[in-house]
Amino acid sequence: MRFRRFRAVAARWPWVLTGFTAAVATAAAAPIGEDGARHLLARTGYGPTAAEIRDYAPLERDAAVARVLGSARTKALTPPPPAMLAADPMRPPRETSGVEERRAFVQRQIRAGIELRGWWLSEMLATDSPITERMTLFWHNHFVSSQQKVRIARLMYRQNVTLRAHALGDFGALLHAIAKDPAMLVYLDGVQNRRAAPNENFAREVMELFTLGEGRYTERDVKEAARAFSGWSLERDTGTFVFRRALHDPGDKTILGRTGRFDGDAVLDLLLAQEATAELVVGKLWREFVSPDPDAGEVRRIAGEFRRSGYRIPVALSALLRSDRFWAEANRGVLIKSPVELVVGTLRSLEIEPADAAPFAIAAAGMGQNLLSPPNVRGWRGGEAWIDTNTLLARKQFVAQFARYEEMRKTPSRPERAAAGLATPDATCGMPPDAAADAAADAGMDAQGLRATPGPTGAPAVQSADAAKLRALRAARAVDRAFRELGFSPTRWIAALPGDTPADKRAAAQRVLLPISPAAGGTGAHDEADPLAFLRATLADPVYQLK
Amino acid sequence: MDRRRFLAAGAAALAGTTAASRASVAWAAAPAAAGAEPYARLLVLVELKGGNDGLNTVVPHTDPGYARLRPRLALRRDDLIPISERLALHPSLAPLLPAWESRELAILQGVGYPDPNLSHFRSIEIWDTASRSAEFLADGWLARTFARTPPPRGYAADGVVVGSGDLGPLAGGSTRAIALADPEQFLRRAKLATAAGERRNAALAHILKVEDDILNAAAHLDGRHAYATPFPSGPFGSAVRTAARVVAGDAGVAVVRLTLGSFDTHSNQLGTHARLLGELAQGLAALRLALIEIGRWDRTLVVTYAEFGRRPRENQSAGTDHGTASVHFALGGRVAGGLLGATPDLGRVGEGNLPHAIDFRSVYATILERWWSLDSRAVLGTRFEPLPLLRA
Repeated sequence: MRFRRFRAVAARWPWVLTGFTAAVATAAAAPIGEDGARHLLARTGYGPTAAEIRDYAPLERDAAVARVLGSARTKALTPPPPAMLAADPMRPPRETSGVEERRAFVQRQIRAGIELRGWWLSEMLATDSPITERMTLFWHNHFVSSQQKVRIARLMYRQNVTLRAHALGDFGALLHAIAKDPAMLVYLDGVQNRRAAPNENFAREVMELFTLGEGRYTERDVKEAARAFSGWSLERDTGTFVFRRALHDPGDKTILGRTGRFDGDAVLDLLLAQEATAELVVGKLWREFVSPDPDAGEVRRIAGEFRRSGYRIPVALSALLRSDRFWAEANRGVLIKSPVELVVGTLRSLEIEPADAAPFAIAAAGMGQNLLSPPNVRGWRGGEAWIDTNTLLARKQFVAQFARYEEMRKTPSRPERAAAGLATPDATCGMPPDAAADAAADAGMDAQGLRATPGPTGAPAVQSADAAKLRALRAARAVDRAFRELGFSPTRWIAALPGDTPADKRAAAQRVLLPISPAAGGTGAHDEADPLAFLRATLADPVYQLK
Repeated sequence: MDRRRFLAAGAAALAGTTAASRASVAWAAAPAAAGAEPYARLLVLVELKGGNDGLNTVVPHTDPGYARLRPRLALRRDDLIPISERLALHPSLAPLLPAWESRELAILQGVGYPDPNLSHFRSIEIWDTASRSAEFLADGWLARTFARTPPPRGYAADGVVVGSGDLGPLAGGSTRAIALADPEQFLRRAKLATAAGERRNAALAHILKVEDDILNAAAHLDGRHAYATPFPSGPFGSAVRTAARVVAGDAGVAVVRLTLGSFDTHSNQLGTHARLLGELAQGLAALRLALIEIGRWDRTLVVTYAEFGRRPRENQSAGTDHGTASVHFALGGRVAGGLLGATPDLGRVGEGNLPHAIDFRSVYATILERWWSLDSRAVLGTRFEPLPLLRA
């Protein structure tokens, strides 16, 4: 109860702050400064670097926001894994095919899926437009599909390409594209939806989750819309959309009070014409970029602008990012980083470029965010749900690694460490490999893409739990190896930061890493002169989980 | 009901328990002292995520409607496990037979609620918060229960959630819920938690509360108990093993929540459903044997739940779409085994869904009143009639 009251106060506080237009005008016209730059970059990207903060600090709000949005890309910088561009038939083996053939297929898709996650994480690290990757991930979590059901990694890749192409384009165009996206057609059973045999899955979710929101349509609307989408299908061998006229129901449908011979595209246009659709998207963007509690009036206003612009995504983003609520002091550090933000952000801020990013995608999966495999059609719930006792410890264990390997290099041998009573870090996020394997298995982490679950065909699981453990173990070792190979030195990183004295440099480090001052203030570890101890304390601070 | 009245009312219930926990020993030794513990009786909730197909779980195979509605999905009569003249269990549920035969398994037929919602997310929210269909409540029903009658501070946690991030009915309030994958790993890592800090916003307050929950749980938890009972392999089997280890020690835990899924079988249901029911039955059978092994089964109540069942008529993808009322299981050493509720009458079902025979809040009322001797109306808002689910 105490938290709720706190939240209510926190929600009102910015109004008090920004109620004075004169003050607002001054703030908007002044340079955003290093704190402002950090805030904008952390919210719209992944962990800013000291250099990026310096670059943005002299800009005024509007210019800074325009620069972020102006960076938008429609294609990834990083070349995809070659298998993603292959043209061989992608049809999974039939039920009648042999166990070996099916096993080989599943293995190939799992391997390709891990490569694909690594590729996406590499792009997040390498991109010159972090907002593009943040929005691609945002749409992945809005128009959810999961490799668990889609199975074919190449289809997941193509969907990712589509999401990126429209990430900062038009929401309407994105909605139309995603409704015909092959991975989506498999994920929400569109391929099963035929005139004689309507399947409601996509029709329901497109209204409930993608556009209108729950309670803004009837069960009848769902059934009628399913008829309109019938015949939207997939050429299985090429994995491309095909409209099968013979399977389409061309009759009259009544949807949201309108009657006509609607097809799928017409239904999507009906949905886009609803105010509720723009409001749902803007409310979600608010929670992603501004604060956990959207202001209903502001959401309506921005949603109106968004809809009138023809659903130009940058219009909505610009309005949100230029709003006083976004910049309010009371809204700094009020959002919880997603695991991917934590992992990619830490690597970016510490200016580390791993040779292979796949182990870091696995690390994020261990914290509850397995790219390409959201838990269900609603996606990752986000916010406070990112943090439970299990995931918080996984997050803390992960960041603790960054201060650990330099220490190990200083301490040459295991026996010496043991004699000194020091733990020997030896596996994924510090847990011994067997525990990592257990954890993966215990948590049902097919998620990690390491274990095949049966597809929607109900094919039997082709792997035993032991095989799954073995794979989790290998993954754990890969993460450990990746950490060792980073060769990251906290000492060097801190030394390179601006500042004349060690204290100045520590202050600069905290400005890069923390959105607000440390929570664990009194413990003194933050004043630690030893760079390793200082970095460990800073990354372990509860505030590091926030953005 | 206040603590004092509970003490009087709960005396009989607690006197019946056998292998004594620390809490009940303390109470028995000093009956006048505060601290008699309703939560010495463990509740294990198993969420069947995605909505389980009740008709293919406990099968009304003699109802001619069954074959008519399920031309592709009807299970072969020869494969089924008969439990009454009209009903039979899915073959994957065979591991539950010993519990059924010792009358420790109750089958709750037609559990649902009026004006059902067919959205996964809204419907599970209704179940988790025990709200009416059109009512929005913020906190889970167990969070509300614990807000009124908190488990002792000395407990390792109010609730332990194994293998899933979301806290379900434990979410909200100041419930001390911990999410666990592996107890040993948890204890190894717990030293990374931070003691305290200033709660400057809601997100930070949440993180600091979780840090606090970790430290408290780590101070009490001992997850090392070695069982002679074997546990099934696979994620659900592992989760059951973790649950059994967590409740074996003296740690004190009021509720354990497990999840299994996804039961959202819109297409090609048969194989997936058989596998999931198999995992469920093997897991629950192992839990029963493990808790019998440590003398805890008489003080354990296991209840399954889900957001909804599936539609009686199969869809054209050899699957089933979102439905309404469904069948659920309750198991435990004190469960009065048998059939409760009403077997669905499929004769009248066309395209529609099944009416409910048991309001899910009656199940909760049974847990609150009969298992924990608490005031159910205070938690549920209205009085729901408890079910004759437990032996005296």
